[in-house]
Amino acid sequence: MKLTINGKQTEIDAEPDMPLLWALRDLLGLRGTKYGCGKGLCGACTVHLDGQPRRSCQLTVADAAKGKVTTIEGLSADGSHPLQQAWREFNVPQCGYCQSGQLMSASALLANNSSPSDEEINSAMAGNLCRCGTYPRIRTAIKSTFTDAAAIAQAVTREDTV
Amino acid sequence: MSALSVVSRRRFLQLTGLAASGLVLGAVAPRNLALAGILDEAQGSQLNLFVSVATDGTVEIIAHRSEMGTGIRTSLPQVVADEMEADWQRVKVIQAHADARYGSQNTDGSRSVRDFYQVMRQMGAAARTLLEQAAAAVWEVPVEECTAREHAVHHSGGKSLGFGELAAKAADQPLPELETLRLKDPADFRYIGKDVPIVDLQDMTTGNTTYGIDVHVPGMLYASIERTPWLQGRIASYDSSAALEVSGVLDVVELKAVDGAPGFNPIEGVAVIATNNYSALKGRAALKVRWRKSDHSSHNADAYLDQLVARVEGGAGEVRRQRGDVDSALANAATLLEATYRTPYLAHASMEPPVATARVTDEGCEIWACTQTPQATQQAVADTLELDPSAVTVHVTLLGGGFGRKSKPDFSVEAARLASHVGKPVQVVWSREDDIRHDYFHSCSAQHFKAALDEAGTVTAWLGREASPPIAATFDTSVRRNGAGGLSQSFASVPFAVPNLRMESHEAPAHVRIGWLRAVYNVPFAFGVGSFVDELAHAAGRDPAEFWLQLIGEDRLLDFSAEGFEYSNYGRSLAEYPFATARTKGVIRELVASIPWGEELPEGQGWGLSVANSFLSDVAVASKVEVRDGRLRVLELHGVIDAGRVINPDRVHAQMEGGMIFGLSLALNGEITFDGGEAQQSNFHDYPIARMDQVPGVIRSHIIKSDAAPTGVGEPPTPPTAPAIANAVFAATGKRIRELPLGKHFNV
Repeated sequence: MKLTINGKQTEIDAEPDMPLLWALRDLLGLRGTKYGCGKGLCGACTVHLDGQPRRSCQLTVADAAKGKVTTIEGLSADGSHPLQQAWREFNVPQCGYCQSGQLMSASALLANNSSPSDEEINSAMAGNLCRCGTYPRIRTAIKSTFTDAAAIAQAVTREDTV
Repeated sequence: MSALSVVSRRRFLQLTGLAASGLVLGAVAPRNLALAGILDEAQGSQLNLFVSVATDGTVEIIAHRSEMGTGIRTSLPQVVADEMEADWQRVKVIQAHADARYGSQNTDGSRSVRDFYQVMRQMGAAARTLLEQAAAAVWEVPVEECTAREHAVHHSGGKSLGFGELAAKAADQPLPELETLRLKDPADFRYIGKDVPIVDLQDMTTGNTTYGIDVHVPGMLYASIERTPWLQGRIASYDSSAALEVSGVLDVVELKAVDGAPGFNPIEGVAVIATNNYSALKGRAALKVRWRKSDHSSHNADAYLDQLVARVEGGAGEVRRQRGDVDSALANAATLLEATYRTPYLAHASMEPPVATARVTDEGCEIWACTQTPQATQQAVADTLELDPSAVTVHVTLLGGGFGRKSKPDFSVEAARLASHVGKPVQVVWSREDDIRHDYFHSCSAQHFKAALDEAGTVTAWLGREASPPIAATFDTSVRRNGAGGLSQSFASVPFAVPNLRMESHEAPAHVRIGWLRAVYNVPFAFGVGSFVDELAHAAGRDPAEFWLQLIGEDRLLDFSAEGFEYSNYGRSLAEYPFATARTKGVIRELVASIPWGEELPEGQGWGLSVANSFLSDVAVASKVEVRDGRLRVLELHGVIDAGRVINPDRVHAQMEGGMIFGLSLALNGEITFDGGEAQQSNFHDYPIARMDQVPGVIRSHIIKSDAAPTGVGEPPTPPTAPAIANAVFAATGKRIRELPLGKHFNV
């Protein structure tokens, strides 16, 4: 079966019903995409299929073969996507495990809507779980890509130490 | 006596798997750091940390604790780098293998910084001293004229030599005596107290990290295990024929359980081994297994909690702490209040489930695992394979969350047994369903409180009774009652200046594997205590914040020894880490000052607060909520922490944000139930954790500035959060919810 992943054609030997998640991880060694639930409930395995966010645990390789797949490894060549930079500026990750999926959902959101409202951010990101609770910083990092510095400062969650 | 010793390069290689050149040294860890109430197999001991300086100037600092999101892989090396005057840009952090010589590597109990801050400073200072001595020898000048600064040693005459240039010579220098080590003046700290970004930040944002599930060993197979649905179940029979026909499935293997207490032993099950995860899962779905019932296969969580409630409401339990005469004070109350609270079982549900990879050869066993406790993993694997622990190498990966679940090495034992059986490396991947159904569950609890108020609204008597299945039962099934360590977690340790006070506990035999989850028994007990104090404040017609301050009373250092209570103080002496009421009151005062506490709010909105001392830190949390048409929304969360000196403020704020959200998650959503001995939840649809749209738009964290010894950070933000939210719900609605989760009463 032929897949297009991160701009490259690749061939795998898999049953057509294998979820893309396991093909990426076990057959292709692209392990930035994470397993979290296997039921499309947590978003850890989010990739793009033709630019749209998809849960790779719910996408068969047969369906993935019909479009172009982008994974966290292909979001940018060197970690320079504006969201990856924002994630680092605001020190978003704690354990980091869910962050590939968070970044893929957030980047798909911004590609479709360059300045989403708080409601739109919540709605687009509500399917990406983070047990560490990095949500406030994810929001801030997303907003920092389209709002001015003062507004971001307002949104930052920390207070000066007293 | 010097606690420092030079370690050979060969030893360094053994411990880290990396070649080191130049200076390598180690220090002795504080002894006996076990956290009472939380079972801890390690009891301190030898070497705990290593620094090396390569001839190119690269400083390698060992992280011997596990990184599960707290930032510890950055914070402790930050301390070493500061004391040794290393340039952080030239520091490389190396993750340590399991080795008892590090002292405890069991990363739980919010104690990594508490236990190792001073040792890390000594490590850094010793390295700096050796480099200064080396420079003095090269220049043939007194060492007093040589000062390390910014990765080089400088002579008062103007000469300087880089750390790399001095590395080989420094390794030949005599080690300084521990007593003579000169630690930096805190005013000169370069990294301690600063927001150093975590060392894994770039990799975490590019998908380039290695968690337990990302380990790949050549020739590796994947295993998925169907386990008995109830505690101590056994295989009655199974049929593997359909499973073996699934493409990619290579083998089906019985994993028999060891008789006795659950401990860290694998649950009995049937493993499907395949060339990839999908085949393993598919093969497993085709298995037919029948299970033999056990004494626990009729466990029903609701009925069990009803029993515990009947017990705590029904009469006296075993007295655990006593002061004055509670019964006569209750009899003479102007106002008598009583209430019962119940909290459910919880599952950890870290985003990365338990995963371990094992390779067994004639030489021994190698394990790669997302483990909080590499040494317990090493021991458990050695035991199961009948090897000497020295023949078991444990590689510690990053952890995709831990929260206490990954302190248990059962999943590594499974991988070792399967790898040994099939003769190839095996990775055991727990599915989300496995993780939730077969967790080491957070204890449920029933708590009953009675209090007397006098005419002035002052509390004159406090009676608390609890029943909660003990963690100890997981290791010794004869234990049927919570121990002093558990009751030291916000139940019997309440800091109240009440003349008559008694705490009792009832039996609560365990029917599931009880484990420890972030903040452990502080979670249920801070909910019960924090809610009941709020009830008393309202009954007395007083502001809850003022009421808390009065209840805690004058500034003093608490000592429970005269009241028959063996307070754990989280394994440390009260002389070393006093329980100071001024600190607890301080976080309440700061919290109230930082929010519009007491403001007029529209109907359906309310503020609530609570406070808890846990893991030697104090945290107060306030919540603003809105309840409209049966829908509960948390609008704001504010927290104040006093954790003594802080190494990396940004990571402390991150733990505050995340710890409060963890508390919000369990307050709104968290519940595991059992029926017929089986967990009734299996994935995030029926065991929801907080989503972004449940998390308030305003979350603020405050750190009290302090020079006191560092105390816990990872767990303390969680306990006060649920009562703060429940108290806000009462302020908003007049409705007192005495059970968790609140989602049973509101649309959340």
